Amino acid sequence: MIRLLGDFDLAEEARQDAFAAAIEQWKAGVPANPRAWLINTGRNKAVDRIRREVVFRTKILEREIASAEADADAVPEEAEDEAYGDDRLRLIFTCCHPALSGEAQVALTLREICGLSTQAVARAFLVTEEAMGQRLVRAKRKIRDAGIPYETPAPPLLNQRIEGVLAVVYGVFTEGYAATAGTRLVDAELCGEAIRLGRLLDELLPMNPGVLGLLALMLLHDARRLSRMSDEGDVILLEDQDRSLWDQAKIDEGLTLVDRALRIPEQVSPYAVQAAIAALHVRARKQHETDWPQIVGLYEVLLRLQPSPVIELNHAVAVSMVDGAARALNLIDSLAARGQVGEYHLLHAARGRFLQQLGRLEEAGAAYRAALDLATLEPERRLMAARIASLAAPARA
Amino acid sequence: MQYLLLIYANEAEMEGRTPAATQSITSEYMEFTKGIIQSGHFKGADRLRPTSTASTVRVRNGKVVTTDGPFAETREQLGGYYMVEAKNLDEAVAIAARIPGAKIGSIEVRPVWPMET
Repeated sequence: MIRLLGDFDLAEEARQDAFAAAIEQWKAGVPANPRAWLINTGRNKAVDRIRREVVFRTKILEREIASAEADADAVPEEAEDEAYGDDRLRLIFTCCHPALSGEAQVALTLREICGLSTQAVARAFLVTEEAMGQRLVRAKRKIRDAGIPYETPAPPLLNQRIEGVLAVVYGVFTEGYAATAGTRLVDAELCGEAIRLGRLLDELLPMNPGVLGLLALMLLHDARRLSRMSDEGDVILLEDQDRSLWDQAKIDEGLTLVDRALRIPEQVSPYAVQAAIAALHVRARKQHETDWPQIVGLYEVLLRLQPSPVIELNHAVAVSMVDGAARALNLIDSLAARGQVGEYHLLHAARGRFLQQLGRLEEAGAAYRAALDLATLEPERRLMAARIASLAAPARA
Repeated sequence: MQYLLLIYANEAEMEGRTPAATQSITSEYMEFTKGIIQSGHFKGADRLRPTSTASTVRVRNGKVVTTDGPFAETREQLGGYYMVEAKNLDEAVAIAARIPGAKIGSIEVRPVWPMET
């Protein structure tokens, strides 16, 4: 509808009008294709609205009416359902346009594609509803005034732009999976929305390695959601999780998708590699059955595809499981020496762990305390406090 | 829609260029300009003399106050512009990316806000 009408606010008003009309008219019976009915009605209502406003506005709007009416004549009703899918894809590319700030992209996606209320989006960003409302208005104004197109980009640009879309979806997921501040560790609603977006993208862009990989990754993480936190809200690390709590249906779906993603030749997506790592974790029925050497290998692939300090850190943790804490500590210290991740609490947490395993308890304590100072989530802070306490009773390392 | 593509670059670096380098970038600009004239995107363009020639004017209490230099000291300075007609932001960005200066400095893409008359 936005593509047809070329204006976010107009489309939103038209949608409301169409729903209002539906409530009236559907009492007599729901039409055969309710979605097409709503789109058609919305468009007609919008044409009405534009007509009403045209008295006050310039010639430009008259042209808009002409083209909206031309579109209305041109699109037969049967084609609407297919066109609706295309419209959703266009809307996704609009909301995730790189000319918008990353935060605006996520907020718009949650509001306009997932249909979350402004209040719910505000909650996800830990800002007031009023502030979020203003941000959304500013973003929509930029879409209109800067001429950000409602368009699915053509293939050469598509591959570049799909990366941005995937980053937004993954951003929604990780915000839900590890909220950056506050008392909750997991926001199930956001995880669910991100997975829904992933499924939608998979439906609209089938056999895209990045989409398949990301959807698999999210499902495999989300399958473990219930086991990640105790009833008291404490973090439970992978090695201590109750594997019977894992959601087998999500795992099966995730595993199938990883296979499919990795079978597309010559297009390895970093998301698919991450999903393959998550798959190795969930395939192990017991912690000690985990195939760590293969996980180390996959992290090395990932480091070539998409080098980042966080991946280096995860690689070091996997190395510690294969070659021991001493080598892992070397890797982490060289990462820290390059000075990009001094503020990252998980680096200090991992460092403390390796030092503890090596029996260097005093240094381990200092590292845990640094992690405690930097962590913002309550459950993670409690975990660090527990680690510090465990140093006093050196039975378990 | 019309977009103003503002070309920013570090003047000090540009002044340090060899004549041969200047020659080659000038011919790149000529080629680019010819291209967008042919494609119908071109609406106008100019290069600007360096900020050392700039004056800033303010009117305060009815008095004209003129000072030497640009309005703001920044790392990159405005050195020229193109005005283009483009279907949407994606097309404007694609044109901006072909400006030779994009490889050296940066291009700010600003939609033109037509006057309502």
